Amino acid sequence: MKISGKAVVYNHDNISTDQIFPGQYGYIQDMKEMAEHTLEGADRTIRERFRTVGNIFVSGSNFGCGSSREFAVIVLIESGVKAVIVKSAARIWYRNAVNLGLPVLFCPTLPDAVAEGAEVEIDLEKGTVLDVATGALHQGEAPSEFIIGIYREGGIKPLMRKKALERSQKKERAGD
Amino acid sequence: MATTAMHATHKILAAAAGKDHVSPGEVVTAKVDLAGINDVYLIVVRSFREMLGTKVWDPRKVYIFLDHNTPASDLKVAEAQKAFREFAGEQGCCLTEINEGIGHNLLPERGLARPGSVIVITDSHTPIHGAYGAFAAGLGATDMAAVLIEGSTWFRVPDVVNIRLTGKPGPGIMAKDAALSILGRLGTDFGTYKVIEFSGPVVEDLPMEERMVLTVMATEMGAKSAFIKPDRTTIDDVKGYTSEPFTVYETDPGFRYAAEYEFDLSGLKPQVALPHSVDNVRNVEEAEGIPIDQVFVGSCTGGKLYDIETVAKTLAGKKIAGGTRLVVTMSTRETVQKAIRKGYYQILLDAGASITSPGCGACSGLLGGIVAARERCVSTANRNFPGRMGGSVEAEVYLASPLTAAATALTGKLTSPERL
Repeated sequence: MKISGKAVVYNHDNISTDQIFPGQYGYIQDMKEMAEHTLEGADRTIRERFRTVGNIFVSGSNFGCGSSREFAVIVLIESGVKAVIVKSAARIWYRNAVNLGLPVLFCPTLPDAVAEGAEVEIDLEKGTVLDVATGALHQGEAPSEFIIGIYREGGIKPLMRKKALERSQKKERAGD
Repeated sequence: MATTAMHATHKILAAAAGKDHVSPGEVVTAKVDLAGINDVYLIVVRSFREMLGTKVWDPRKVYIFLDHNTPASDLKVAEAQKAFREFAGEQGCCLTEINEGIGHNLLPERGLARPGSVIVITDSHTPIHGAYGAFAAGLGATDMAAVLIEGSTWFRVPDVVNIRLTGKPGPGIMAKDAALSILGRLGTDFGTYKVIEFSGPVVEDLPMEERMVLTVMATEMGAKSAFIKPDRTTIDDVKGYTSEPFTVYETDPGFRYAAEYEFDLSGLKPQVALPHSVDNVRNVEEAEGIPIDQVFVGSCTGGKLYDIETVAKTLAGKKIAGGTRLVVTMSTRETVQKAIRKGYYQILLDAGASITSPGCGACSGLLGGIVAARERCVSTANRNFPGRMGGSVEAEVYLASPLTAAATALTGKLTSPERL
């Protein structure tokens, strides 16, 4: 899987889900309305930069720590983010991203090196990201085959739908 | 094949995956004993439908906890809770109502946090149930929707970190101080993707409610799950609430931890995490005197009967300082009832506390003690990220023990309980 785009950089550590999507908006049921609050607790300009600058989001270590709220992934997707490159991420946030098909690359060196708006190319299977302007190839952590498998399906919702359809087809064949 | 020594949590996962042996790094599909959803995540129901789910795999194992925003603070919340009631009715699954309290604290009261069980809840503080020797992990909403259909989920078998607590902690020291001191030394992500086990003589002497403070704070250390080896205290507690059978798994001798740390608590001073990070930890005495607008006693971490008792005994016959508010949110209805019977409720009211109905309360940042911009709040809860207590990133949250919270309520300034 290859993803390319321009970087929006917010290179800080421990960005919590309370900052990515503040809890008081959690009962909003409309995704577009939710996305109006993307990263509001960190920097209110980022959401606009996803429109004007690029759609590869770059941040520091332990990204997405705190609450299990999946909205902290959903609002990034709704804001047009195509991939996230961080030094490291909190477990539940990462798992939510995988489940929703948002590619995440753990790369310790790129966040400190990349410029806002720089063109980057991610090769997810290899775990690399190329900074096109400087030519620097940053080696990150390649996701496991298991995770790549979920990404290839576009997340676990399509995967589960496929399973459900297979189950019902089997039932039909069995004649019940 | 030579099998390596296994940790107790690995044995739980192996049993749930129908395997004899698992190793760290391996991905397993484990059967779930309890799946919990809290009222913030109606999106679980939406995802369940999108995945073409029709019936949950086992309604007796599915719990919906109306606990994060109770009673409903506005129309959106009321609509979401109504939709949950309808879903629970349609599926025949269990739902705890708005008067019952925090799901994490209801599980032990109902004998549902049992050694050897696999618990998944759409809440990051799910590792709390490791205090009972369960394998308990937080999941996101889409993950949970898949669990509702299949009754299982995937886990990468985690490494285990062991934290031994030794020494003789002083009388002003609570489990919260120990947890904060661990965070101060090791930071917020040393446990990421791992199980954090708490062991040692100090842990063995702690009552269950204090053990739960360690395991819930493991979340703030990044942990996937936490673990305390079940002992007499655990087993007596569980048997007091249920006659259901359970299995206590033992860690094999020679098991290799990914890392081991020892914390000698002799001489430990009361601890506080200053804004805006859980690992920004100091001795309380180093930050004493900071004026405090509100003290919050509550949450799965700091609103249990033990915490309420601690605060009430400190405040007995006294009044909180003028200019300071004390908001108390007890964890469950049973906690409220016991606090009334034991006289703590009256003491807190007399001291000047605002007592809300049980639930997550202000810890969720949704209602019941929201903090204004540039106000300072000492909290017995678990996190102090910017905006945590109601959205103002300029509100300052100081995390401390119930004893420090009580001492602070009496003076209106951050105060070490050693002064009492």
